[in-house]
Amino acid sequence: MARIVSLREGVAELVGDGDLVAMEGFTHLIPVAAGHEIIRQGRRDLTLARMTPDIIYDQLIGAGCVRKLIFSWGGNPGVGSLHRFRDAVENSWPRPLEIEEHSHAGMANRYVAGASGLPFAVLRGYVGTDLPEHTPNIKPIRCPFTEEQLTAVPALNPDVAIVHAQRADRAGNVQMWGITGVQKEAVLAARRSLVTVEEVVDELEPKPGGMVLPTWAVGLVAEVPGGARPSYAQGYYERVNDDYQEWDSISRERESFERWLAEQVFTAGEQVGSAS
Amino acid sequence: MSEQREHTADEMMSVAAARALRDDASCFVGIGLPSTAANVARRMHAPNLVLIYESGCLGAKPDRLPLSIGDGMLAETADAVIGVPEVFNYWLQPGRIDVGFLSAAQLDKFGNINTTIVGGDYDNPKVRLPGAGGAPEIAASCREVFIVVRQSRRTFASKLDFVTSVGHGSGPGERERLGLSGAGPTLVITDLGVLRPDPRTAELTLTELHPGATLEEARDATGWDLAVAEDLGQTPTPTEQELTVLRALTEASP
Repeated sequence: MARIVSLREGVAELVGDGDLVAMEGFTHLIPVAAGHEIIRQGRRDLTLARMTPDIIYDQLIGAGCVRKLIFSWGGNPGVGSLHRFRDAVENSWPRPLEIEEHSHAGMANRYVAGASGLPFAVLRGYVGTDLPEHTPNIKPIRCPFTEEQLTAVPALNPDVAIVHAQRADRAGNVQMWGITGVQKEAVLAARRSLVTVEEVVDELEPKPGGMVLPTWAVGLVAEVPGGARPSYAQGYYERVNDDYQEWDSISRERESFERWLAEQVFTAGEQVGSAS
Repeated sequence: MSEQREHTADEMMSVAAARALRDDASCFVGIGLPSTAANVARRMHAPNLVLIYESGCLGAKPDRLPLSIGDGMLAETADAVIGVPEVFNYWLQPGRIDVGFLSAAQLDKFGNINTTIVGGDYDNPKVRLPGAGGAPEIAASCREVFIVVRQSRRTFASKLDFVTSVGHGSGPGERERLGLSGAGPTLVITDLGVLRPDPRTAELTLTELHPGATLEEARDATGWDLAVAEDLGQTPTPTEQELTVLRALTEASP
């Protein structure tokens, strides 16, 4: 059964130095507040997995929390480059960043295999590209039935998955709706999980197209209103597009980034929704 | 001759891309120009165009241009909202999607795409780009691929620094050898004109110049000896109606 804790307690209990952590959310419901809490708690040597590492992973990388990144698209959506990610890859600042690079189809299937209790997933993918040459976790495999040549990727089983959802009830059942990306797969693939939610309610009203992660499949739940800002939470608040634009200039130089980090993540403490 | 309204290179690209989308087709769109083009097409000749965004929105019907592929409006107006693994495994991989729109940081003469690194080598790149995203499998499995990209010597490269997504590989027959089910890039729209693969050589061949663009400009903006169609045509200038629809969309977006 999931336990309801504070964000600080949840991160302290679940995330340790050197862990493989997946914080998922596809444009919608990105667990930004939890990412800031990891920075504040000073975790180091993390391996971070995420299909679309956007500004929250840029912040964790720039803050020096990350040793390795497993990903398929690393950009600021609709804006351009992630400057802290680029500085780490191109100039090893603030430390060298190892990367393991996939396509979206490959990453999605790695989570599916992880959630399914299988050692690998099979797909039609990567063929003819340069990715397999640089990513050892992409291998050809022959179908035992048709002899067809396909591609295998290993299961991704994070130590910890962190996702954000709209609601949970007091028993720890989690409800999310709208675009839900690979959140379900990430939570089911992970050994431990933390779900931040907009609100904890007495009873979950069914939502058309919504998804429920039952309490017995979830580790910890923390109530963090606004915890996905500047991304959005459908039914609660809109995406703060200006913050994504502003991140481009804040993150471009090391100095302005470090000033932002000191002011917005450390000084602002547990006040969430403070990406700019 | 009636007086034409002035238009920008971006507007010409959007209009040319919109015209290429037929009604009832299903189309995998990213943010930016492809999404603009698809939404213009839906308001013009292709009201039944099915827009698919990789965030999991099938049949989205946005009333303004979405700001991200996961814009809440896409989920609210979609026929179905599905998980990301399902997008790639159930819908893209079996070849159910007609058209995939892609862009490129580098493009070679066979329509192969680089969006990974430029300069240096993979472990020490000069410029680290966002990477693959959905593109490798979109390029492999959509029935056909439209590429929208600004043409320059830097972008139209004689050799890619990295192959992120396969077009026609090293030439005719390569896609079949690799087992890629879709037809690959059938259309490349740039700010100067339109290129299509030569059916015999699979090499991108300039088939149309946009109004105002010259053949010399197109050759200068190409990092290889550009093939030109014998019956090189001119792209029709954007009509009054096309520009009105396009501008209404872009002006309504912040």
